[in-house]
Amino acid sequence: MLSKNQARLFFLGGTVVFFLIFLALSVNTVSSGIPKKTHSENITEAVVGGKVLFDENNCMGCHTIFGEGAYYAPELTKVIDRRGEAFVKGVLSSKQSWALHGRKMVAYDFSEKEVNDLVAFFKWVNEVDLNGFPPEPDLKK
Amino acid sequence: MKYKSQKVAYMFFALSMVLLLLQIVYGFIMAFAHAGYDGLHEIIAFNTATATHKNLLVVWLLSGFMGAAYYIIPEEAQRELVSVKLALIQFWSLAIVGVVAVAGFHVGWWEGRKFLEIPRALDYLVVVNVLLFLGIILVTLFKGKEKTTTAMVLAMGLFFAALLYLPGMIWFDNQSMDSFFRWWVVHLWVEGVWELIMGGILAFLLIKLTGVDRELIEKWLYVIVGLTFLSGILGTGHHYYYIGAPKYWLMIGGIFSALEPLAFLGMALFAFAMYRKGEKNHPNKIALYWTLGTAIMSFAGAGLLGIAHTIPQVNMWTHGTLITAMHGHLAFWGAYAMIVFSIISYSMPLMTGRKLYDKPGAHYAFWLSNIGMIGMTTAFAAAGVAQVYLERKVGLDFMVSQNALHVHFWVLIGAATLFTIGILYYVVNFFKHGMPTDEALIDNK
Repeated sequence: MLSKNQARLFFLGGTVVFFLIFLALSVNTVSSGIPKKTHSENITEAVVGGKVLFDENNCMGCHTIFGEGAYYAPELTKVIDRRGEAFVKGVLSSKQSWALHGRKMVAYDFSEKEVNDLVAFFKWVNEVDLNGFPPEPDLKK
Repeated sequence: MKYKSQKVAYMFFALSMVLLLLQIVYGFIMAFAHAGYDGLHEIIAFNTATATHKNLLVVWLLSGFMGAAYYIIPEEAQRELVSVKLALIQFWSLAIVGVVAVAGFHVGWWEGRKFLEIPRALDYLVVVNVLLFLGIILVTLFKGKEKTTTAMVLAMGLFFAALLYLPGMIWFDNQSMDSFFRWWVVHLWVEGVWELIMGGILAFLLIKLTGVDRELIEKWLYVIVGLTFLSGILGTGHHYYYIGAPKYWLMIGGIFSALEPLAFLGMALFAFAMYRKGEKNHPNKIALYWTLGTAIMSFAGAGLLGIAHTIPQVNMWTHGTLITAMHGHLAFWGAYAMIVFSIISYSMPLMTGRKLYDKPGAHYAFWLSNIGMIGMTTAFAAAGVAQVYLERKVGLDFMVSQNALHVHFWVLIGAATLFTIGILYYVVNFFKHGMPTDEALIDNK
């Protein structure tokens, strides 16, 4: 029967081994995986400006991006493909709460520079290789 | 209660109770908004409500864990805490940072990073606070007469929880990188080191409530936390499928996520085996209900509902939908809220000397909150599956499909009402115990 010492060894040994594997994979992901998949060379000042605005206004508190965030407002990963740049700019600079189909968005009334930064951010997001996410609807008539 | 300084746990538990009630209020605001009634939009927009709801959860659970540690460590180490005064300073600073953070969310002082919305300036205060907490706990433990496995596992969980807060404080220009390290905090907390904390508290409670030999319980504790890390560390991969990380995470995340329920299954089997083996004469039955309940509900919520959507082929469709909310609610409730309720139910009569565990209210609290939470989870599941089909499979516009989900949110609100009544019973019962007193001290010898 398993002794307490063997159980301790299983815990400590297993943890160390799997943590080291995780660390090695993380190093690979961070050093080459993510930069390649996200085309990190395309992250311009405007893209960073857009990300800062995205964070500061907690856009993820309603929307999802890369499928992460809250489930109250549309997924924004492919928003440029789906809606086009002009539509997105219209929503971002609206002085009144945007409420397509009834659900209100905060009226941010962003300046022209801010709108351009956010659009640059969404355009960069649009091109990230997400291993096939979001999938194409397969029951669409 | 064996040591006077254990009383400090009460403050942390009381804070937990108050913040939990507030968390529920914000939950209702969000549920009504989802059902089409967003009357508070101008004052408390949805993103404010969700940041508040999630962070109150994190703070009240951490406060509960800290209270648990202040109660358990002196008893396990067989000595008083090194400083009650410092513990009280740590308590008040935690409460103040928590309140400032939540107030800040209402005026846009935050970062849009799910679960880590607390702005970086406040993060530094959190770090100082947690270091103080760890200092008190670890020094007490190492000056103590005994360093039991239970205490070591609990302390290890708390230590690594603090350490893992740090990757979330690094700034990245790249959204994918940001997300990658955000999961180092969030995933490695809830599916890693927090399970050490849970396991430590569970082992303590089983030793006390069943009277089974400590050596046996602690041996299985090692096996369970071993299984947790064996599956949970690489299980982080299930967050990396679709965020711009390499494809190998699909295979690694898929395989190890499939193993994650094993740790929770182990915990449930362990708790029941110990209960059956033990004497059944401990008078605090309600603490036993919560203890066995947490073992079952964490397996259902974190284990089964987790694997329900971590298979990559499923997650491709469910990622970023209400299916995540389904899993999240039962997992946090079963694994972490219920373990905090277990230690509170066990320790309050011992700290105050008032034996309120046989009162009907304590039983209503257990059953209503659990039935309510199962109902809520079911409502989220129905809404989530409907969303996946309408939006993802059929390709309807987001809001068109959302408007078809209102009915599920009314079911959610109904179930949440039941849940809230249960919680109110629990909180009222908690405060009926009154303040802890030295008169409740029992002979140490």
